Amino acid sequence: MNSNFDYTVIDRILEDIGCEQKHTIALLQAIQEHYHYLPAEIFPYLAKKIGTSEAIIYGTATFYENFSLEPKGKYVIKVCDGTACHVRRSIPVLNALRGELGLSETKCTDDELLFTVETVSCLGACGLAPAITVNGKVYPSMTPDKAKELIKTLKEEAAAE
Amino acid sequence: MIKTRTELQEYRESCLAGLNAQKCRVLICAGTGCVAGGSIDIYNRIIELCKKQGLDTQIVLEKHVDHEGIGVKKSGCHGFCEMGPLVKIEPYGYLYTKVKIEDCEEIVEKTILHAEPVERLFYKDKEGIAYEKQFDIPFYKKQSRTVLDECGQIDADSIDEYIAFGGYSAFEKALFDMSSEQICEQIEFSKLRGRGGGGFPAGVKWKQVLAQKVTPKYVVCNGDEGDPGAFMDRSIMEGNPHRMLEGMMIAGIATKASEGYIYVRDEYPLAVARLKNAISQAKALGLLGEKILGTSFSFDIHINRGAGAFVCGEGSALTASIEGKRGMPRVKRHRTVSRGLFEKPTVLNNVETYANVPFIVEKGVDWYRGIGTESSPGTKAFAITGNINNTGLIEVPMGTTLREIIFDIGGGIKGGKKFKAVQIGGPSGGCLTEEHLDMPLDFDSLSKAGAMIGSGGLVVMDEDTCMVEVARFFMNFTQNESCGKCTPCREGTKRMLEILQNIVDGKGKDGDIELLLELSETVSSNALCGLGKSAPNPVISTIKYFRDEYEAHIYDKRCPTGTCQKLKRFVIDPELCKGCSLCARNCPVGAITGQVKSPFTIDQEKCIKCGACMSGCKFKAIKEEF
Repeated sequence: MNSNFDYTVIDRILEDIGCEQKHTIALLQAIQEHYHYLPAEIFPYLAKKIGTSEAIIYGTATFYENFSLEPKGKYVIKVCDGTACHVRRSIPVLNALRGELGLSETKCTDDELLFTVETVSCLGACGLAPAITVNGKVYPSMTPDKAKELIKTLKEEAAAE
Repeated sequence: MIKTRTELQEYRESCLAGLNAQKCRVLICAGTGCVAGGSIDIYNRIIELCKKQGLDTQIVLEKHVDHEGIGVKKSGCHGFCEMGPLVKIEPYGYLYTKVKIEDCEEIVEKTILHAEPVERLFYKDKEGIAYEKQFDIPFYKKQSRTVLDECGQIDADSIDEYIAFGGYSAFEKALFDMSSEQICEQIEFSKLRGRGGGGFPAGVKWKQVLAQKVTPKYVVCNGDEGDPGAFMDRSIMEGNPHRMLEGMMIAGIATKASEGYIYVRDEYPLAVARLKNAISQAKALGLLGEKILGTSFSFDIHINRGAGAFVCGEGSALTASIEGKRGMPRVKRHRTVSRGLFEKPTVLNNVETYANVPFIVEKGVDWYRGIGTESSPGTKAFAITGNINNTGLIEVPMGTTLREIIFDIGGGIKGGKKFKAVQIGGPSGGCLTEEHLDMPLDFDSLSKAGAMIGSGGLVVMDEDTCMVEVARFFMNFTQNESCGKCTPCREGTKRMLEILQNIVDGKGKDGDIELLLELSETVSSNALCGLGKSAPNPVISTIKYFRDEYEAHIYDKRCPTGTCQKLKRFVIDPELCKGCSLCARNCPVGAITGQVKSPFTIDQEKCIKCGACMSGCKFKAIKEEF
């Protein structure tokens, strides 16, 4: 076990939620909310606490789309490509974002760890199609130009901090 | 803490008195759509302005009120998302659309203080006719909002308002006046059918769970509304969470269950927050917990957030996910009613199904069967999206025709284009075309037409939509979401997607359509769960109704709607070309050649259809052909 890793965060989460197998997903969610991804160190630790194998926990974490084993950027941009957004042209918005940030389907996060661009199958904001979210905030009726403008604003915001 | 039935009735009276003390109620839509449009800022601004005028906006319903005030509320989704942010003002019934922060002052001054309308904020139709009252607007007029009725009418964060509007009285009736058997029977006689897609009679399911001897039993609510283009369950959870909780609690009494679980998509953070709040309010009042209202009935409800797996909408995958495991469906040697969650008897229904329950208990079987059709009574909420004028959430009686939904309520196709098809039931459903416009929408007539109601997403497509691309899009979705447990689904969807991708890329071959149909047959008859069994539906139905489009792609290498990028042809108009050679220099593959000052040409064999030539041409001499 990695001695440099701060397990007090994990302990607090375990105390909050519980440490039975049925809590696995809630635990992983809470850990991801804290770190914005799932650090490798947590798997043996959780397995011991829950009393199951590391493989079971790892299997659960990799099964679900929303868990990430890689660190994500400061701004996580989710482009909705649900049916409604798709027919209202979400792909050009996605391409504009990726083009602006030098990202691709396989490279979702930039090297400065500032932006992550990913697609989701439906945000349920179909009335606002095409929609994207940045760290959970919904931006409605996007166009490639609006997307570029948004990146500019976010970059300025990050630089100002 | 309410301890007896009488106390609950007294509590309801005092909530109602508090509600009546609000001489004016301002309902600002705080559904996901309107929030994104800035409705929270509008809410804060109106409160600020009311305070400046010395108006009380903080009437607490449960306390004795001796003065009048204004109710400024964050309500659930009004449904008319296209026109958001929406502000509704009662008792006048005014509905203001596309409200901006600058409009707040006028709203407070005119409407709140002087009961006058702000006419410029009324909805106007295509002919420019303004509608002052919400229920005069064609979008609402043809609807019959029952389950969604209180979404937009009440404060979604207040149990007191829900109680003032008669909430938890069905629960009260079920708890004190009915036996478990009577409730199950009533639900069975009402012919309430599962709103999640399957259409299985809810009462039959409940009876089977009641008959189980094993304890504990569970009541599970499927709020994993994953179909892209569907958001009615989200709106119920966000807009009127108590209605659904009440339905689950009644299911608890009916089946003698002790615990409830709600499985909600992680993509719906607002729904999670509102449900959490609703549960803690119900606990604080003593409507959830041990020995509720002094009876022997104990019931508690938990929330589980999904983690982004569409397959978890399938019953056994959903229960596996609540148990903390990979959300994979299992071979059903035992049904969920006998061995579901934690291997115990489980009632599993969808959000909208539970939300129907309190009405049936309260108003009775005859009332319920009076709505909708003989075999599918009641109403159904639909999310209408895509190329349509009035995007939003609607509720109509079962048996309403597509034409009424799309043209009367939905206001027709966007941009005056022609209707082509509507995809119903998401990636598991099929498409319906012009010939189905007058067909009544209910469980049975849809399955006859090769589609399904699914959860109720209606994605409208206009004449510019390529149906082959739509089929590819859905196959891409199901292929991504296939959990990989069974071979027919894992491999079959992959092969089908490859073929569809080839067709839209212009690499389709003779025999592809037949192969797709053969694979569809194999996958749908052999896959383990509903996801796989229904995955080929969009392909089968698009081939059935739009075979000519497939053939155009495969044999003529042409996309009739010009959607498929790889099938476009870029050509240079020799009349307009000045021979500047810019396009030849822009072309990444050297497909453009010619002599300077005379027209250039594009070699279609080499062209990769990137469009760089066209966007760079100063003389607009390059055109797309399809």
